[in-house]
Amino acid sequence: MKKYFLKTFIFALPLSIILASCGETKKKDISDFQAKPTEQETAKASDPLENKGIGPVKSITLGEIDQALADAGKAIFDANCTACHKVDKKFIGPSPKDILSRRSPEWVMNMILNPEVMIQEDPIAKQLLAEANGAPMANQNLTEEQARQVLEYFRTLK
Amino acid sequence: MNVKTMKKQHFINKLFALVVLAGVVTSCGSSENSKGALGSDVASQAYVTPGEHDDFYAFMSGGFSGQISVYGLPSGRLFRVIPVFSQDPEKGYGYNEETKPMLETSFGFVPWDDAHHPELSQTNGVPDGRWIFINGNNTPRIARIDLKTFETAEIIEIPNSGGNHSSPFTTENSEYIVAGTRFSVPFPQKDVAIDTYKENFKGTLSFISVAEDGDMDVAFQVLLPGYDYDLAHAGKGKSHGWMFFTSYNTEEEHTLLEVNASQRDKDYIAAINWKKAEEYMAQGKFKEMPASYVDNHYDESKQMAFSETRNTVKVLIPSECPGLVYFLPTPKSPHGVDVDPTGEFIVGNGKLSSDMSIHSFDKMIKAIEGEKFETTIDGIPVLQYEEVLSGIVAQPGLGPLHTEFDGKGNAYTSFFISSEIVKWNLETKEVLDRVPAYYSIGHLMIPGGDSKKPWGKYVVALNKITKDRFLPTGPELTQSAQLYDISGEKMKLILDFPTIGEPHYAQGIAAELIAPNSLKYYKLEDNNHPQAIKSPNDSRIERDGNIVRVYMGAIRSHFTVDNLEGIKVGDKVYFHITNLEQDWDVPHGFSVMGANNAELLIMPGQTETLLWEPQREGVYPFYCTDFCSALHQEMQGYARVSDKGATTELKWSLDE
Repeated sequence: MKKYFLKTFIFALPLSIILASCGETKKKDISDFQAKPTEQETAKASDPLENKGIGPVKSITLGEIDQALADAGKAIFDANCTACHKVDKKFIGPSPKDILSRRSPEWVMNMILNPEVMIQEDPIAKQLLAEANGAPMANQNLTEEQARQVLEYFRTLK
Repeated sequence: MNVKTMKKQHFINKLFALVVLAGVVTSCGSSENSKGALGSDVASQAYVTPGEHDDFYAFMSGGFSGQISVYGLPSGRLFRVIPVFSQDPEKGYGYNEETKPMLETSFGFVPWDDAHHPELSQTNGVPDGRWIFINGNNTPRIARIDLKTFETAEIIEIPNSGGNHSSPFTTENSEYIVAGTRFSVPFPQKDVAIDTYKENFKGTLSFISVAEDGDMDVAFQVLLPGYDYDLAHAGKGKSHGWMFFTSYNTEEEHTLLEVNASQRDKDYIAAINWKKAEEYMAQGKFKEMPASYVDNHYDESKQMAFSETRNTVKVLIPSECPGLVYFLPTPKSPHGVDVDPTGEFIVGNGKLSSDMSIHSFDKMIKAIEGEKFETTIDGIPVLQYEEVLSGIVAQPGLGPLHTEFDGKGNAYTSFFISSEIVKWNLETKEVLDRVPAYYSIGHLMIPGGDSKKPWGKYVVALNKITKDRFLPTGPELTQSAQLYDISGEKMKLILDFPTIGEPHYAQGIAAELIAPNSLKYYKLEDNNHPQAIKSPNDSRIERDGNIVRVYMGAIRSHFTVDNLEGIKVGDKVYFHITNLEQDWDVPHGFSVMGANNAELLIMPGQTETLLWEPQREGVYPFYCTDFCSALHQEMQGYARVSDKGATTELKWSLDE
């Protein structure tokens, strides 16, 4: 039995060489194109306010409410976000009212700026996607400055 | 498994392996057959690994489809069909209210044309990736496509033209693109007997200026004898400032041209000194002639097209403008005229001639200075053939049509009748190599091959006939392109691929000159469409008589109002839909039941308008046609249509 296996193996060997030489059409191995796993930042599921999310915003310090900043944020929010987010109710996505009692300011900005990664890797965002029946948070390509303005507007929503 | 069955199995295994081996050997060894079913080493040259990008964009004329198709090279993968002269229901082009004006002409709305020659804009004689132009042959027009958006930005009609074929070839810095008439017509157009051709018919060669922002204008026309003007190419380098047009039917016949226009041994290449024309224009030596033609612009800020009618055109008459035009005798009904990258060689592809005549620019200038004229026609000196000839390529093939260049001193000419590409040396005129094309090649294209700096890596054959090359599809078969590697001494066929419509000319350009500038989405803040909504909160319906305007937004995955009431039979309902997304690759579609036009396909940040004229009362669904998210199937709404006299209140809502 073993001998038979060996014979077949020897017989098959030149065949595989021929196949390989004939089939070398690929420039690159398929693994070159598979997405490299992104670094996953750990979030403490137990305390959402400790979760800063995944994205460019690492640390935000909030001072007194800057009304001018909030006004700019309201204009951006009205134009880009209200199709899915209403202030007074959950719509396609959650209401931003009191958001900072539920989420860290960094998380809010990262969700605005980096939603594609957030809904795949952040535990809270993943949960929210499921609750929204798979309606994804749209990336409206705000700048970091604009996202900060929107955050300031959210602080005024009580 | 007992011993007997094991042995049997063993034998079958061996037999199977043998058969496979034989198959492998056979397929490896058949790479040189005439079908060009190529060995893996050749195929790999056209193989672009999934997820990788091509090195070149190729823009192919869509021929009688009226469009431009965009392919990658070397893969031959189709990326996009850009709607230009023909309505395209897939994209709503020519159906939505914004783009209908693009197809306006002095004959009214003309939703089709025959598009032949794409031509990339150039800077310093090299394709720069700003725009691509293409001619409409039937109702003479030129279109300009913006390569930032891959959308048609302007279409200008050409007056006093009977068929815009020798067009839209560019000068070194796209100062001008040209439009020579293929069919001469009465000038100006009038009701005359056709057999008064020789007396009444004239040919015009138009120079279309291209402004910094791309805006096209008919700068001037040169009035020539009533020949058929076929193709053109600009001088470059030392011959910059000149434009060359081929002509046939110098017999000036008006019937059975198949026979009657092939009588003379030589026709002419018209050499136009356009720098001289500029001087005459500045001196006011033009005639302002009445004309009627339309110029259509797409305004990117307002996101809609506007048509303007022009009523005059400036015409230069050669007999009044010495030094403006010379004729170079060229055998025999020359088709393409191609100028090599140095600007010295002017290749006349005499399609009915057995030899090819190559003119020398230096000799042409000397002949002009020495007044080596054989005769003069309507004030146009005809230069002596021998005085302008650099040399001939003797018996290179049958039916030469077009020539492109590799920038290494070689020319590549397509031969329609003998169905092949012939490579020859520009200096020695010696034939170096030939390869068959399957079948009946028309144009050929080397990326940058009609510019000062060709990317001489590939040549693409653009074939009129495919016969047995692909699976049959009934009586009408695909036309095709074939890709050859020309990096070595011998040309090597590496790929066949089908094309959209009949491909005439094509242009190729390095991907890095276009890809980085490709627009990802329109910014909502820059959207100045008068009916755009800047926020979903502005969604509404307005009625003015029987005109009903629905202002709505679209975002994954709902319309910002989705229950519409108060519409009546007999209304003209305009759906003004703004795609509120601000991200790449998130278009939304829109269609409504019974609409007598097409869908909308709205890019992020864009506003488009569909006209709906509901005919029967009832409740009609509308929905998003472009799969936009997991909840795309839920992206729908209803429009209620009441009877003409009903008092149904105008009402709109979402989630109420």
